[in-house]
Amino acid sequence: MNALDERIVRATQAGLPLAPEPYRVISEALGIAQEELVSRLGAMLADGRIRRIGAVPNHYALGYTANAMSVWDVADDAVDELGARVGALPLVSHCYRRPRRLPEWPYNLFAMVHGRGRAETEARVEEIRELLVPALRASDVLYSTRILKKTGLRLA
Amino acid sequence: MDELERAIVNRLQGGFPLAERPFAAAARELGTEEAALIAKLQAMLEAGTLTRFGPMYDAERLGGAFTLCAMSVPQADFERVAVLVNAHPEVAHNYERAHRYNLWFVLATGSRARIPQVIAAIEAQTGYPVLDLPREQEYFIELRLVA
Repeated sequence: MNALDERIVRATQAGLPLAPEPYRVISEALGIAQEELVSRLGAMLADGRIRRIGAVPNHYALGYTANAMSVWDVADDAVDELGARVGALPLVSHCYRRPRRLPEWPYNLFAMVHGRGRAETEARVEEIRELLVPALRASDVLYSTRILKKTGLRLA
Repeated sequence: MDELERAIVNRLQGGFPLAERPFAAAARELGTEEAALIAKLQAMLEAGTLTRFGPMYDAERLGGAFTLCAMSVPQADFERVAVLVNAHPEVAHNYERAHRYNLWFVLATGSRARIPQVIAAIEAQTGYPVLDLPREQEYFIELRLVA
């Protein structure tokens, strides 16, 4: 990533200014043309460094209080195809393949599930189970009980 | 939650335009005015309904190194271990979870080589092993929380 992109990330990672011309405000602060800023942001959006631009809701404020990490032991030859389908389900916010650590940790697929109460979350977990069942060996669900630290992933 | 707030949550989690007057363009889509949209976003940020408004960056694609770590810590020793883990600036998130593996944290470092060093330091300080679970593949994500 080049130095200008890095400056743009630093200038925008906490949010856009709530002004009628937010990109002008940022480009003036960075001393570059607005067109250049917009084109760099467009490039980062296209290559995935920016996932999306918009509102980031607070799960808890919207009532999504039951947040579970579901973990699954899925056959290696099926995990990529099924993982993509799990990731596309509503209310699944992150879906990753991770290495097993045998014998302590047999699970290779992780899906974060959000619900407005345990019943909704459990119903979502059941949907995932139905999708995975042909290739599923074991699973577990871990509810968070306390946030011990949350600093966000920021460039220093 | 009023109609505009609901529309913001349901329709403005992505797609905010890269235009000269993006709030005006987004407001037209949502059936409101530029000034009303800006005022509402300000109010939602102040109330904590939104945590942020702007680009959501993929930290890993920006060039850092990350991993998810898990530890199984006896309840009697949990607070001591949580403090030791949190003291590392590389620990970005740390959650207690109801499970035999009850401590889950994300390590974020500038380089891949630093990750095993931090893990080794945590193991030495706490006396418990750390499971290192880096992401190998991400499956398509389009979170849509609905209001």
